[in-house]
Amino acid sequence: MSAIHTVRLCHMYPQLMNIYADRGNIAVFRQRLAWRDMDLEITEIGLGEVIDPGQHDLYYLGGGQDRDQNLVAKDLVANSATLQAAANVGAAQLYVCGGIQLAGHSYVTADGTELAGLGILDLTTEAGQNRLVGDLIIDATVEGTTQRVVGYENHIGRTRLGPSCVPLGKVVSGYGNDGGGRYEGAIFNHVIGTYLHGPLLPKNPWLADLLLGWALEHRYGQDVVLRPLEDTVEARAHDAAIARAGVKR
Amino acid sequence: MLVSATNGKTTTTRLLAAATRAAGYHLTTNAEGSNLERGIATALLKGDKGADLGLFEVDEAALASIAASTRPQVVVLMNLFRDQLDRYGELETLVDKWRDVLDDLEARSEPPTFVLNADDPNIAALGRGRPNVVWFGVDDASQAIGDREHAADATMCRDCGAPLDHRVVLVGHLGHWDCPNCDLTRPTPNVSATKIDLSPQGQKMTLQYPTPAGPPTELTISSPLPGLHNSYNVVAAFAASWALADRTERPQEAHAVARVMAKTKPAFGRGEVIEVDDKRIQLLLAKNPTGVNQNVRTILRSPGKLHVLVLLNDRTADGQDVSWIWDVDWEPLDSRLASLTLGGDRAWDLALRFQYGGFDMDKVKVSPDPAKALDIALAATVAGHTLCALSTYTAMLDLRWVLTQRGYTPAYWSPDA
Repeated sequence: MSAIHTVRLCHMYPQLMNIYADRGNIAVFRQRLAWRDMDLEITEIGLGEVIDPGQHDLYYLGGGQDRDQNLVAKDLVANSATLQAAANVGAAQLYVCGGIQLAGHSYVTADGTELAGLGILDLTTEAGQNRLVGDLIIDATVEGTTQRVVGYENHIGRTRLGPSCVPLGKVVSGYGNDGGGRYEGAIFNHVIGTYLHGPLLPKNPWLADLLLGWALEHRYGQDVVLRPLEDTVEARAHDAAIARAGVKR
Repeated sequence: MLVSATNGKTTTTRLLAAATRAAGYHLTTNAEGSNLERGIATALLKGDKGADLGLFEVDEAALASIAASTRPQVVVLMNLFRDQLDRYGELETLVDKWRDVLDDLEARSEPPTFVLNADDPNIAALGRGRPNVVWFGVDDASQAIGDREHAADATMCRDCGAPLDHRVVLVGHLGHWDCPNCDLTRPTPNVSATKIDLSPQGQKMTLQYPTPAGPPTELTISSPLPGLHNSYNVVAAFAASWALADRTERPQEAHAVARVMAKTKPAFGRGEVIEVDDKRIQLLLAKNPTGVNQNVRTILRSPGKLHVLVLLNDRTADGQDVSWIWDVDWEPLDSRLASLTLGGDRAWDLALRFQYGGFDMDKVKVSPDPAKALDIALAATVAGHTLCALSTYTAMLDLRWVLTQRGYTPAYWSPDA
């Protein structure tokens, strides 16, 4: 018997944008729905393919190497109207690492080339002199709730936010968007961009359920409730990451 | 001779050390030592002044500086896989750096012979059009694994950017490939393994190699090193011995090389087996997704139910970013497991990986403390059986320390280790 509720995920460029274990985020979406007797239906979009407008509740774009990211940037703009429209009607979207850079207006690479982005998040990114690498812990505030979110960052881009989106959270430990150690990520409507990987969602189930809740709401309205899960292992790994960030070996 | 790669440099250097010693060379080498500048400097300072060959395993990020300060005669480059992104950065950047190294070496008054892996598209692109290349590869398509692994990196043509066509996938992105869009294609290997027979105890292979005047000839090599990744190490070492003999006109009988290789056992943590009372522990170093995928395949080749211990640390030598465990294809283990024990500083990250991979978590025990994890894993292992212990570098040192304290194995740095 197939499940009553199904979230339709559009996974953008999984072959090229997968460098920081992005498939872990997808596994979390699938498994956390399965534990609630719900399904995840995945559509993968590759180079030259067009996203079907209005057919997805959740969108995901991960991180890639510079060369692959450049290929994707050129290809992705063909889908920007579809993704913009989805953002406006409340579909959930998650952009990680290279993803947050492509979700903004533009990305200027180390050699000065400017790549146009989707323009869904009001932000711009410029390559810096050195990579920002290490544990990253933030206090994320979404819809009035603040939660500690843990992960790892590894990016050369310096991201600056415009007035129409707010940071995902305040940096507790690490570099964050521009290396200044103040703010991390961006959020607009149900669209989240972040440099946090590790991957992001396994150790931060709150964020996973937030995105899944938005996706279900997009498809079914407010009626579908996600039953709480125990998340014992998640909490232990979350704590280990916090301890790791505080202890410099 | 310099040997570099993401995976296999220690084992290949070890094989080459045995082969060149058998050929009568007097070596200075860092086999099983540090492969950064300081390790090579130490080996040179400590080495015998009468040595007539330097053989060095070189960290892939240190190749440029070490090549710049040495005059290598043979340079063996085997593969580049994604590995410790927090330390090495992106693979593409490393490939670009290696291209500069090869350009520099080729421009010298006495350029080296390059011994290159035809099956790695990135390495093939680096060697294309250069004189003095000996290509090696695996020509046994029956060892193919189907699709490219999730962790495969070199999926696009380095010259034109088109998606590569992989006819045969052997290890990660190593295999038989072509660019459908430009003329970049897998070079025909000069030295290749044409028939490989893998077993839990090691392998046998038929090697084809050139002869000075006539057609290529064949010989059979057996090796106690398990897995197809080790087939590449054996072929690389054989090709490098051949290249050295060819270059120095100091001939070495191929069968003599085969004989010493047959006796060369796994290096530290690369499949070595330690007896623990009525059980055995096989130590498998876990460094990066492609390497662990190979270890998983090696484990699966053992018959019956499996006992597995995985230890994950996140210290500098392990890579501080543990996200790579999500790129490993652990899933084939699930149906074969009798017990799975997880340990190390980031044991709970491993637990999440297996939980979200859909494993039966009733079979899984977690204890970050390596000694306790070892106790749990050994208690779960049936007498007469082998516990397969996969662990990151510093966790492997921890595990060896516990085993040494208990008198099961000498300290790893002692000469008879």
